[in-house]
Amino acid sequence: MKTYVIIGGGVAAVGCVEGIRSVDKGARIVLIAGEGRLPYCRPLISYYLEGKTDFEKMKYRPEDFYTENSVEVVYDTAVSVDPASRTVALGGGGTVKYDAVCLATGSRPFVPPIPGLENVTRKFGFMTEEDAIALDGAIYPGCRVLIVGAGLIGLKCAEGLCGRAGSITVCDLAPRVLSSILDGTASSLMQACLEEHGVRFMLGDTAESFLPGVARMKSGVDVAFDVLVLAVGVRANVSLAKDAGCEVGRGIAVDTHMRTTVAGIYAAGDCVEAEDASGGGRRVMAIMPNAVIGGRCAGVNMAGGDGTFDSAVPMNAIGFFGLHALTAGTYEGELYEEKGERTLRRFYVKDGYLSGFMLIGAVDRAGIYTSLIRNRIPLDTVDFEALRKAPSMRGFSSEYRREHMEGWK
Amino acid sequence: MGVEFIYPEFEVVRNSSRCIACRVCERQCSNGVHTYDPDGGVMLSDESKCVNCQRCVSLCPTRALKIVKSDCVPRENANWQADTIKEIYKQANSGGVLLSSMGNPKPLPVYWDRILINASQVTNPSIDPLREPMETRVFLGKKPRKIERGEDGRLRNNLTPQLELSMPVMFSAMSYGSISYNAHKSLAEAATELGIYYNTGEGGLHEDFYVYGPNTIVQVASGRFGVHADYLGAGAAIEIKMGQGAKPGIGGHLPGTKIVGDVSRTRMIPEGSDAISPAPHHDIYSIEDLRQLVYSLKEATQYKKPVIVKVAAVHNIAAIASGIARSGADIIAIDGFRGGTGAAPTRIRDNVGIPIELALAACDTRLREEGIRNDVSLVVGGSIRSASDVVKAIALGADACYIATAALLALGCHLCRTCHTGLCNWGIATQRPELVKRLNPEIGKTRLVNLMTAWRHEIKELLGGMGINSIETLRGNRLMLRGVNMTEKELEILGISHAGE
Amino acid sequence: MKRVTVHEEWCLGCHLCEYNCAYANSGIPDMVKALKGKRIFPRIKVEDGGTPGSVTFAVSCRHCPDPICVKSCISGALSKRGGAVTVDRSKCVGCYTCILVCPFGAISTDGDGAVLKCELCLSNGAGTPACAAGCPNGALTVEDIDIPEG
Repeated sequence: MKTYVIIGGGVAAVGCVEGIRSVDKGARIVLIAGEGRLPYCRPLISYYLEGKTDFEKMKYRPEDFYTENSVEVVYDTAVSVDPASRTVALGGGGTVKYDAVCLATGSRPFVPPIPGLENVTRKFGFMTEEDAIALDGAIYPGCRVLIVGAGLIGLKCAEGLCGRAGSITVCDLAPRVLSSILDGTASSLMQACLEEHGVRFMLGDTAESFLPGVARMKSGVDVAFDVLVLAVGVRANVSLAKDAGCEVGRGIAVDTHMRTTVAGIYAAGDCVEAEDASGGGRRVMAIMPNAVIGGRCAGVNMAGGDGTFDSAVPMNAIGFFGLHALTAGTYEGELYEEKGERTLRRFYVKDGYLSGFMLIGAVDRAGIYTSLIRNRIPLDTVDFEALRKAPSMRGFSSEYRREHMEGWK
Repeated sequence: MGVEFIYPEFEVVRNSSRCIACRVCERQCSNGVHTYDPDGGVMLSDESKCVNCQRCVSLCPTRALKIVKSDCVPRENANWQADTIKEIYKQANSGGVLLSSMGNPKPLPVYWDRILINASQVTNPSIDPLREPMETRVFLGKKPRKIERGEDGRLRNNLTPQLELSMPVMFSAMSYGSISYNAHKSLAEAATELGIYYNTGEGGLHEDFYVYGPNTIVQVASGRFGVHADYLGAGAAIEIKMGQGAKPGIGGHLPGTKIVGDVSRTRMIPEGSDAISPAPHHDIYSIEDLRQLVYSLKEATQYKKPVIVKVAAVHNIAAIASGIARSGADIIAIDGFRGGTGAAPTRIRDNVGIPIELALAACDTRLREEGIRNDVSLVVGGSIRSASDVVKAIALGADACYIATAALLALGCHLCRTCHTGLCNWGIATQRPELVKRLNPEIGKTRLVNLMTAWRHEIKELLGGMGINSIETLRGNRLMLRGVNMTEKELEILGISHAGE
Repeated sequence: MKRVTVHEEWCLGCHLCEYNCAYANSGIPDMVKALKGKRIFPRIKVEDGGTPGSVTFAVSCRHCPDPICVKSCISGALSKRGGAVTVDRSKCVGCYTCILVCPFGAISTDGDGAVLKCELCLSNGAGTPACAAGCPNGALTVEDIDIPEG
């Protein structure tokens, strides 16, 4: 009987289990979960802070999923992978032999070396359930929260804490919020929405050093705080792969079969870098759907099946207080813009294909645009002018609709 | 100009406590009766445009709508009825001939309703059609006068071409143009499935429908639209249309607006040109001329197809039928004055022609008397409304019946009698693509098949009750009929006894 | 597995399917009470060009063999069981990732955070998909089809 080992307890690992089981019902599957919890989806922790969900509901698959699929869940960390002997060494001692292994190690927060940080007692990251529980316990009415980082994690944290703290200040060295996915105009719409709910921003500015209860900003301003959240960025966890001899860039390099450069080692999820189907080159696309789909693809191939994942594109769905921003692809090429009051729709067209879009406010049916990118649909085969105004299936040919919408026939 | 206003004939009654303003009525009304008022969030209606086709009523999901006849009428008396008065106003406004559609709506006698059917009691057994075989099949065409044998003593096949029908009903002529592609397709598919026939009317045969040829009767009318060798060859029989019950003595006029696309191609006339069918066939002025056309058509189709001659029921119908029987026609189709139409001058529709019941009885009697009844089959139409009408017609002497209005009703027609506007909300009498698509032929076919299947069951029940197990045995069996509410003369023409006799 | 099939050529754009859907999913036994004076949030939507003769058709979840919405759902609220993609609204946090990935735009919202989608009327008591049952022209039909799950 073959043994497949999955290192990591995130959603890519679940995808991998499902991928393996779709091919091989009998093999042994060992899932090494470092957090000591069953897989859950990390972006949910901000909703936990808001009280919209709980840990039970957050479980990505119900508990019986693991028994039904005969998954041996080992709450431990993997310390090394040896491709020669095909073994994984565990932190708690012992090794597991594998026929194929999937590195689904995810990412970790990047903690910047800021002087005085070591003396801040109430400082938190915002990635894991542990982080959420710790932060939840540290918050009290009236407390002043400083969040370093105005990216997806920092802002979702701000939203989650809104109404529970005395004040929330978000700072970021970047001149605008969500700088990795939005441009200036779009950012300011999202920023305004958060500001309406009392979040204060200090942009183009960040904490340079910490004194007790005070952050001294680059601009020289002192910001007093009670609770500090660090959400500066994340780094892919690549060390296991690197040590095993896999090629590693910003993430673990994989091909469209989710194979690393070392035989028998696969990788999926936030720890990998792959080719961006929207034309953005090799990059880490640390988003949840890519993790599940990539994990599944890895699982299928580990078990001897034939899976391909070549439609990874960067995309994000984020919303604050009912204002949603949906983005996908690469912002390159000719820009088309539709603007409304509190809505913004931007489309980027390159070489006759939609390369990217960002939608603020008016996000209905956005997946139709995503499919234009993911499926590389030439824009001259659709009525893009009409589609830009309002997403519809009318904008496609009736043949396309027959083939895709009734494709199961 | 004077005051032109005529109060609307119908009122749109909207139950505001039920209306959910889903706007289905608005989207479905081609006449523009309903509109949505975004300010009040309510539906408004302009009843002056309403034709009472009941489309909105039928589709309203909360049954919030009804259309009622307006009780706002001019001061009537027995002589000057509201309709008569309004017609005067309309003509004073327009100076034109009044147009209407479908059949004669006037309260003239419906003889079917004065004829009652016999049933067996005690002395002869009735037959249960659920337990015993019952034959509803009929064959239309000239029947040989005698059996012929060859020199070897074997039977010789001296049978001329026949139409075989699984039941004695066919869909009568409605042209492609007057009705939609989907209506035609529904009729064609239903006829095929049922083992009966539908009739192209005079608009030619759309190329898509050649596949239904074995169940198609192709018509040759005075306009000769769409008639060519392939067309004649495509059908199972050819019908020469001399007249139509709804408008005897006049021709047809399909306005140029309906001669678009495929209709134009099928009729072989330019787009936008009016399709005018002359009142007479310009090459037929006598029975001899008719005979020439009958034989021309037979010649063109190698004597493989029966030829039908269709005439309107008029005063001398018996003599006319006798002439037709002698012209070489295999089948005579007689259309009574209540037959439908896509458009006819109101005066003609309402005042010209005679009831089919009387015409049928007269023709059957006359042909028998002249000893030529077996030379032709008789098909009658002009408001056959039910299985009992069919049974009565057969007993009066018909071989089969033509139905059209009943078929259209099955397709959704609500008899609003405004076919001539081309705005049929049911997708039947229209060529507008967005309206045509409202009739899904799959549904249309199923409903026609359902209707005919139901009639066939009823026919069997009625036959069984009379102790008869074959439709052929009923034909001309007027003893099975009795009349009520009729004069001696009417009974005499019908050749039936009064009830109680 | 039951599937709602769309027959474009017969769609009249009457929008009845939307109302029948909203009614079937309202949980209220009377259509008037369920829909009168309310904004409806149907799980099937008719696309029409607004001009007579333009192509119209209804769009609802295709219950893809390999549904990307399920894979993208961060909360596990979307799942596919017995051939139908369903949403557990108590788990949905309203992140809209599914809206971002559904290639047909078949997932929508009712403004209440959680998403809405066609669930083939499997659990609302309608018995059979209400959109198809109420379609006056056979533009939506229910077909029983065996589909390999991807």
